[in-house]
Amino acid sequence: MQAFNFSGLSAQQLQVWRGDREVIGGVSVEVAAGGCVHVAGPNGSGKTTLLRVLAGFLEPEQGTVTWGGRPIGADRDGYHASFSYLAHSDGLKPELTVRENLAFEVGLRRRLGAAETDEALASVGLEVARDHAAAVLSAGQRRRLAMARVLLTGAPLWLLDEPFTNLDSAGVTLVSAMIGAHLDRGGAVLMAAHQQPSIPNHSPRRLELGP
Amino acid sequence: MTATPLLSAAALIYRRDLLLAVRHWGQAAQPLMFFAMVTTLFPLALGPNLDDLREIAGGILWVAALLASLIGVELLFRADHADGTLEQMMVSGQPLAMLALAKGAAHWTVCGLPLVLISPLIASGLGVPSAAICTLMLSIGLGTGILSALGAIGSALTLGLRRGSLLLSLLVLPLAMPALIFGARAIDMAIHGESARGPLLLLTAMLMLAVTLAPPAVAAALRISAE
Repeated sequence: MQAFNFSGLSAQQLQVWRGDREVIGGVSVEVAAGGCVHVAGPNGSGKTTLLRVLAGFLEPEQGTVTWGGRPIGADRDGYHASFSYLAHSDGLKPELTVRENLAFEVGLRRRLGAAETDEALASVGLEVARDHAAAVLSAGQRRRLAMARVLLTGAPLWLLDEPFTNLDSAGVTLVSAMIGAHLDRGGAVLMAAHQQPSIPNHSPRRLELGP
Repeated sequence: MTATPLLSAAALIYRRDLLLAVRHWGQAAQPLMFFAMVTTLFPLALGPNLDDLREIAGGILWVAALLASLIGVELLFRADHADGTLEQMMVSGQPLAMLALAKGAAHWTVCGLPLVLISPLIASGLGVPSAAICTLMLSIGLGTGILSALGAIGSALTLGLRRGSLLLSLLVLPLAMPALIFGARAIDMAIHGESARGPLLLLTAMLMLAVTLAPPAVAAALRISAE
């Protein structure tokens, strides 16, 4: 298993406003190698917004996000390559097959072998559906496929927005195990989730966002 | 683990968009159908006198190509935006401008190139002499390239808007006017047996300018639309 060279993500005193509403007020968060942060809070508390700020999609009104001690804007492409982002939408092309989706999405980041793809698909229980179009997959299967993509990118930091959405109980166990294995390898995970995740051998640090 | 080189990433995007166009060929063929349809309306409306049609053939072909390009370019980023693949592209660690260039190139291959290929057929129907066909194809080819580049900027800017098509036309059409002037003029000169070298060179310069400047503008606009 590869060991990650992850330099740590840190956000200090983030403030984000949408119109005249403060979505995030004074939130600080740090993730180091092997660390797992669980962002919790009721609907509308800014969990997704926080993840989008950390991923660099949104500029915070105040506060800084640093990666390895440097602001993320300094080397945006380098920063992007260091994490894998699972958004609300799965980021899959419905017209493409399961394998094509992985080949194109992961291929943008690194060279990907067919055996590696099949192995990842088997690990998320999608080996029988590998030549199906993503459009015919169920919502849960699409989530599994999106997690396979996160796994294959090989990025040290995972930013996961509601990774357990639409998953059955076996899927929840599977994704929890994937997250656990990633932490064991020295990766870091920052996830937003409604329920308290149970990660094998790890206890995520909880970051509670207010309404 | 080997990171994907920039050119391979761009080639991957280009291949992906062509594959998507093939799987969605009905949508990809729309600009071509529109182009063929609009250019057919003119002989029906003005009468079949080839001498009259020949005089305005350059203008007809260019305006039709311009509007057909607008139809296609509106969809350039929309699907990727809706299914979240655009966001994944933005955080892939590859320069977004290069990926946008690859998407633009794929878009031209799907929407622009077919117009170039069918234009001799349509031009002959408008009474354009065969000696002018080469200039005509060059003019349309360079022109659709410019329009793809300009349209990509407009498409990226109007991505977050629900009804962006009208705004897109208002943004792109004024910028496309210089290309229209020289493009139609080139065809006109060729029809009258003159050398169209001047306007064609100007069009080439415009294409170079658009292809160089559009990708960073598109990337910046996409980042704004993603907020």
